[in-house]
Amino acid sequence: MSNRIELPYTRFLDPEGRLVGELPAWGDDFNLLTDLYRRMVLTRLFDQKAVALQRTGRIGTYAPTLGQEAIGVAIGSLLRDDDVLVPYYRDTAVQLMRGVRMEEILLYWGGDERGSDFQDPRSKEDFPICVPIATQSLHACGVATAIKIRGQHRAVVTTCGDGATSKGDFLEALNVAGAWQLPVVFVVNNNQWAISVPRRIQSGAPTLAQKAIGAGFHGEQVDGNDVLAVYDRVQWALDRARHGKGPVLLECISYRLGDHTTADDATRYRDADEVKAAWQEEPIKRLQAFLAASEAWDEGREQALIADCQRQVQAAVDNFENAGTQPVEAVLDHVYARWPAALGDQREMLMERVARREEGRGHE
Amino acid sequence: MSNLNDTLEKRALLEAVNLALHRAMQEDENVVVLGEDVGVNGGVFRATLGLRDRFGFKRVIDTPLAETMIAGLAVGMAAQGLKPVMEIQFLGFIYAAMEHLVSHASRIRCRTRGRLSCPMVLRSPMGAGIRAPEHHSESTEALFAHIPGLRVVIPSSPARAYGLLLSAIDDPDPVIFLEPTRLYRMNPQPIIDDGRRLPLDTCFTLREGSDITLISWGASVHETLQAARMLEERGVSAEVIDVASIKPLDLDTLEASVRKTGRCVIVHEAPRSCGVGAEIAASLYERALLDLQAPIQRVTAPDIPPPLYRLEQLYIPSPEDVLAACELVLNYA
Ligand SMILES: Cc1ncc(C[n+]2csc(CCOP(=O)(O)OP(=O)(O)O)c2C)c(N)n1
Repeated sequence: MSNRIELPYTRFLDPEGRLVGELPAWGDDFNLLTDLYRRMVLTRLFDQKAVALQRTGRIGTYAPTLGQEAIGVAIGSLLRDDDVLVPYYRDTAVQLMRGVRMEEILLYWGGDERGSDFQDPRSKEDFPICVPIATQSLHACGVATAIKIRGQHRAVVTTCGDGATSKGDFLEALNVAGAWQLPVVFVVNNNQWAISVPRRIQSGAPTLAQKAIGAGFHGEQVDGNDVLAVYDRVQWALDRARHGKGPVLLECISYRLGDHTTADDATRYRDADEVKAAWQEEPIKRLQAFLAASEAWDEGREQALIADCQRQVQAAVDNFENAGTQPVEAVLDHVYARWPAALGDQREMLMERVARREEGRGHE
Repeated sequence: MSNLNDTLEKRALLEAVNLALHRAMQEDENVVVLGEDVGVNGGVFRATLGLRDRFGFKRVIDTPLAETMIAGLAVGMAAQGLKPVMEIQFLGFIYAAMEHLVSHASRIRCRTRGRLSCPMVLRSPMGAGIRAPEHHSESTEALFAHIPGLRVVIPSSPARAYGLLLSAIDDPDPVIFLEPTRLYRMNPQPIIDDGRRLPLDTCFTLREGSDITLISWGASVHETLQAARMLEERGVSAEVIDVASIKPLDLDTLEASVRKTGRCVIVHEAPRSCGVGAEIAASLYERALLDLQAPIQRVTAPDIPPPLYRLEQLYIPSPEDVLAACELVLNYA
């Protein structure tokens, strides 16, 4: 007996950047392809900077997205302004493409709630990143239900890791999405590890995509290191969802090249050889090779791009570092729409605390 | 005695937890550890470090990522006579396990008139102060303390972590054992690994005093002791009590102290409303109203989710905040 359900698997580019399948019509739009490339590079440079900021104590714990840029960039370039993103903590790439500013992302990881108050109109209905694993899957279904009730042509994308697919929330979300044919696309970022626990310990199912089958809808696998493959499948899935044809689950197979977070040390549980092999698959090099072979990219353009990205990143770091701290009252301001009188004057309590701490510092 | 202690390795709270787990697993083959990342990685804080190497895959289990499942499994395992010690990686992720704690673990003994029981321990880090991300800084002990059938224990020193965890594992009922992350690596002390248990139903008087009683638990004990030392410099003698077992509460010790000093301040990191501080204050009013010289004061977090880390220090009561409350109580007409 086999528990394998035959599911599609999409890949256009092999690790050397050679075409292994015929690209869809957009495949000769080199503006699009170079744009995807630029976005991945920007994400990677920002990500590197964020890790460096953590290492020097300027932000707190950060979850690197190294190696998974293709997934986020593909989703981000296909979401329309009125679609909704319900992300998790490793979604820097998609967030950047939704207009979330780099300084907002740094503020969030730097311990400041303002980082989730996105200023760009594109992300105004997007959820903040989700830290409790898999809970966002259900929120996405709630958003999708609202869209469906109102008869709108919009879609929701929600992302999660492979570990998240073990949680009840995820399975309950698939179930309701299938039962109600909700306009939601589940993107599983299968990066092979949930902190120290490898994919095979999460589930006995040979693919994570087949979990959709039990819920009555379509699931498939995609090479998550091939941005063109992810682009193609997300485009298809979003189009279906917007036209009321129900949910899709895309399992994007990639690899977490970095530590789980800056608080983690992946060498404790992971083979160096495995990581080395995974570097051969990484998404940026792959698209770069393809573009270079098509003469759409060269060393000069690469240098210019890197300089431009570094300028953007540095400007964002400067803005972040000049943002100052929130006023103390901010911790009370948004807990309730209006602070209930019956809870007493906790503002006064906090202001007294501030005064005491300032006095304490004065003695130092 | 001090000579012996000098030769002993000093251990921080985290290592004391690890030591107790080793000891418990060695003493009783029914003790099984399960949770996310507890095996190869030894837990994200390393509380379970070395257990997998020593006791193997069958007793140190990396589970799929699912808290509801971990808690539900523990109920089933415990009913079979195993003693599951599960780790929930951070207290902020425990809510998925709540259903099993509240609806099953806490009442299976009662429902079956003692035929089945649930001798499990749920360990989880708690509290703010380590610049952790969202949902990693919660102090929700009151949620568990409210549930009949559960015990709730919070150590505030390495030695108490060691002795209390061993008792928690022995206990025939479910115990929620919360470890203040802020203390994990602070103030190491010599620990004798002799398997000595500490009782789960008494408070610990850390400092005797005659003018005022300071009651606290968990990480806040640290700031409370600092406040007591500051009071001493001002000639005020403070008694400091570590509640340690939040449920059931050792009210006798608290009452005796308050009767002696006539004044009381309760310090906790959890939000104020419906916190355990309210329970203690109400009980002390019931028992010792006429011995109190001033209204009991609470020093707590405000009623807000723990802020992200830039403002988290404001959330945590400081020694100066405790001192201010003490002044109010001491100067009460
Ligand atoms: C409900 C819950 N339990 C535990 C955690 C702690 N935790 C944070 S990330 C993580 C692993 C997640 O792995 P996966 O879903 O595969 O996503 P990845 O981080 O690999 O992208 C764990 C256990 C959490 N955030 N939420």
